Amino acid sequence: MIATPFTPMASLLGGALIGVSAVLLMWANGRIAGVSGIAARLFPPYEDGEFAGRLAFVAGLVAAPVLILLVTGRLPAQTIAAGPTVLIVAGLLTGFGSVWGSGCTSGHGVCGLSRLSARSLVA
Amino acid sequence: MAVLVQFAIGLIFGLGLIVSGMSNPAKVLNFLDLGGIPAGTWDASLAFVMAGAVAVTFIGFNRVLKRARPVFAERFYLPTRGDIDVRIIAGPAIFGIGWGLAGFCPGPALTALGFGSVSAVIFAAAMFVGMVLARFIAHLPSARVVASADSLET
Repeated sequence: MIATPFTPMASLLGGALIGVSAVLLMWANGRIAGVSGIAARLFPPYEDGEFAGRLAFVAGLVAAPVLILLVTGRLPAQTIAAGPTVLIVAGLLTGFGSVWGSGCTSGHGVCGLSRLSARSLVA
Repeated sequence: MAVLVQFAIGLIFGLGLIVSGMSNPAKVLNFLDLGGIPAGTWDASLAFVMAGAVAVTFIGFNRVLKRARPVFAERFYLPTRGDIDVRIIAGPAIFGIGWGLAGFCPGPALTALGFGSVSAVIFAAAMFVGMVLARFIAHLPSARVVASADSLET
């Protein structure tokens, strides 16, 4: 276990930004900002014509650290303790589970609980 | 235009993940490790991420959903299912095991790609395989009988 500092204010602010993003996506195209759903639908079977928008959203996610690096000149700490085998097993489980459960657990937390969904509370 | 806006929204989401600390697997694992409470190593920060996100989303959704329709779409696409089935319990359980192993969930894993770490690439590749597999199984004709077509909504 690698020790990490308790950062309530930064986490609250970051959480608020995630919330702003979820609200903006609902305002713009009327969809839930669940990363698992958006990422999973980058692959077939395609059910609608939203591919470009989903790709743009994911590109924005990937671009965020680049923007931080450009503005502040450095990147925040990121410690990945898991080795390649654990990463592969964890990735498979996370990807499968998030789609199988109609969304990642944190997505259910943000978008589902905000709509008082019972399914999301269970998830 | 809609695509540019989606990029900006993804960017805000990613910035939120980084500022909140969720893009750091060590922080996530210290939150999930409840054994750290008596040991004094528990990092409760992630509870604040959820609090901030739910507070903003709760207020924001209420306002946005009063509109007749979204700016770039015909209508709002909200999950309509309210039932509790096996998948809504099994899915998150499987997800939780994976999350606890590496400290990555889908959003932070994609943002981590921008950090340029090889570990993130390995994880994300495996995650996409898992997602495609889950959707493939869900779309099999036999599965359709049990699960309606909208079951992957969210």
